[in-house]
Amino acid sequence: MYKYDAIDQQIVDERVKQYRDQTRRYLAGELSEDEFRPLRLQNGLYIQRHAPMLRIAVPYGMLSSEQLRKLGDIAKRYDRGYGHFSTRQNLQLNWPKLEDIPDILAELATVQMHAIQTSGNCIRNITTDQFASIAPDEVIDPRAMAEVMRQWSTFHPEFALLPRKFKIAVSGTKQDRAIVQAHDIGLEFYKDSNNQVAIKVWVGGGLGRTPILGTVIREHLEWQHALTYCEAIIRVYNMHGRRDNAYKARIKILVKALGIEEFKQQVEAEWAHIKDGPNTITEAELNRVAQHFEPMPYESLPAHDTSFDAAIASNPAFASWIKRCTHAHKQSGYRAVTLSLKPHGKPPGDISSEQMHVVADLADAYSFGELRASHEQNLILADVKLSDLFAVWEKARAAGLATPNIGLLTDMICCPGGDFCSLANAKSIPIAEAIQMQFDNLDYLHDIGDLELNISGCMNACGHHHVGHIGILGVDKDGSEWYQVTIGGKQGNDASIGSVIGPSFSAEEMPGVVQRLIEVYLKERTDEERFIDTVRRLGIAPFKAHVYAEKEAA
Amino acid sequence: MSNLIKNNAIVADEWTRVIPPSLGEEVVKKQAGKVVLFKLTGEPTYSPEQIAATQIPATGKILLPLTVWQANVAQLAGRMAAGEIAILIATHEPLESLAATFSDINELPLIAVFVERFPDGRIFTMGNLLRTRYGYKNELRAVGDVLRDQLFFLKRSGFSSFLIRADRSAEDALSSLQDFSQPYQGAVDEALPVWRRVNRSHA
Repeated sequence: MYKYDAIDQQIVDERVKQYRDQTRRYLAGELSEDEFRPLRLQNGLYIQRHAPMLRIAVPYGMLSSEQLRKLGDIAKRYDRGYGHFSTRQNLQLNWPKLEDIPDILAELATVQMHAIQTSGNCIRNITTDQFASIAPDEVIDPRAMAEVMRQWSTFHPEFALLPRKFKIAVSGTKQDRAIVQAHDIGLEFYKDSNNQVAIKVWVGGGLGRTPILGTVIREHLEWQHALTYCEAIIRVYNMHGRRDNAYKARIKILVKALGIEEFKQQVEAEWAHIKDGPNTITEAELNRVAQHFEPMPYESLPAHDTSFDAAIASNPAFASWIKRCTHAHKQSGYRAVTLSLKPHGKPPGDISSEQMHVVADLADAYSFGELRASHEQNLILADVKLSDLFAVWEKARAAGLATPNIGLLTDMICCPGGDFCSLANAKSIPIAEAIQMQFDNLDYLHDIGDLELNISGCMNACGHHHVGHIGILGVDKDGSEWYQVTIGGKQGNDASIGSVIGPSFSAEEMPGVVQRLIEVYLKERTDEERFIDTVRRLGIAPFKAHVYAEKEAA
Repeated sequence: MSNLIKNNAIVADEWTRVIPPSLGEEVVKKQAGKVVLFKLTGEPTYSPEQIAATQIPATGKILLPLTVWQANVAQLAGRMAAGEIAILIATHEPLESLAATFSDINELPLIAVFVERFPDGRIFTMGNLLRTRYGYKNELRAVGDVLRDQLFFLKRSGFSSFLIRADRSAEDALSSLQDFSQPYQGAVDEALPVWRRVNRSHA
């Protein structure tokens, strides 16, 4: 993974110094609440319900074992001994003290980490596929480009105060796993007809209050122009995006208002001025960064391992974990492992300091000392030998990190919700826990099969509910908490936004509602059909009928 | 005491800013019950009545809103030639209209960009475009809600002087111009990104 040089280190060190002084001035009354807000937000600090929340950047989801241990130690020393992995591949601490943040940042800087631009109206952490570099369907490893873009976007002076937050995702696979269509800018890398790396540029996607999938603004962009083309897009947005209404300030609203053709014309006119300028990426710079992402020193191994095959044959629990929690690897004899942060009855994405140490040790022992955070809020050991999988499973299981539910209903995405977040309309974690307990039967879960259930506590959609096969949105009605249900959302190349099935439900009703949606699916599905396929084939009507019929009868 | 920063020092401000009078009650624009904080790009700043009622000092160096200048070109042409006129444009006013008003933008000894509220990042793009697109070479000043925590970005976007908001110390603000010593990306003050300035393969 990328290692800082003296320049990178100086920037994070200077940031700590700058933010320490900003905090001092705020506490001394020299900065007003309104003046301090954008400063702290651009350092990932929210003022929340119980305490501030600090969002620490995990650039494109990559972490070293050393960094994870440091996060564990920080969570223990400055927080309550746990952290929460978010859908932006970042780590959130829920209980730090505002006065301690400069010290936390200083500790992070010692392991090449920071909280820069993890919130606020600026370019946020750039996200990508958690299986970058190891996925068999990968065409381009997007991480070097993601790092080049991380550096370019860090303290970009022209885009320091945009109309609203700005999220960029990069992807280099045939099957999109970075939801590029749900980002302000999505960059999809591919090889063009001349076998050159090119980018398909998507713009104007986003979830939130007005969910919209992105539109292609350019089918073919040479990779050298990634930065200047993004600058042209963001410049048009910075000048013309709406600042008069926060709900209409995202770039998607500007793109819709102008129409993609007019927006594209403005971007291309702007780009004509800066194309081939100094921010054009050179082969030398891309290569310098790419050296940090060279393939791991893999052993040459056969595609089968006898001890592994024997363990699968004799141990059904291990076999079921292998089926759900490990993933195909480019390299023969290796697999990627997802460590589930979704044990039944615990807040999705939460991990204790002790667990962070266990995962760091596993990474050191079995996966070249590196790991990744996924936007589904799990951790990944990317490079595990087949012969090591049994040992990894036993250790992960002992630490509560081996629930064999990856991709199943209980592997749900969930924001911190009303228990922590001051923006939320409703709690989300108790809903997740209640649904997990309702489906706490692994055979039944495996029978239901692949299903993505996403929960957001408000329309800001941190839980990506619009693209969940089942989406749950917390809403406020006359001061009490209700839940609106959508079905038919999907991430990936064939992404779609879910449809609302009808009036919202109380918290107590939610496990039953999900149960009835599943009943319709199990009755109607054809062989090999996933939940999402059945919804797409039948539409929402039969689901709606069954859910509300029961509701009326009850 | 002046609150103007220029060339890394606090200097006296030789320009008098001309502000059109407010006539009658200002309408507070609201949307969904919330006060609208920012003007949309292209919204007018002053009414024709305000512009007509503006008192222009008869002597000395004056900083005029673009629209006031446009209404008084004929009377003030001599003073422009004498270098006594500078132009102020607000972040919601189109730069094209400034460029269209002057055959050579470098006739102006000073252009000021007025930012009503500091989170209005249009000011950065405007600085950039004035320098890189319109070729403006003289003093470019940030005026209005100008606070120290934005100075580094303003400097990098091409601004050369900063009139710190009156209730804040310009002395304290000076150090923020040096917040970062080696920025990553190319911008106006330093066009080259770090990898073109420094050999990072050995850094």
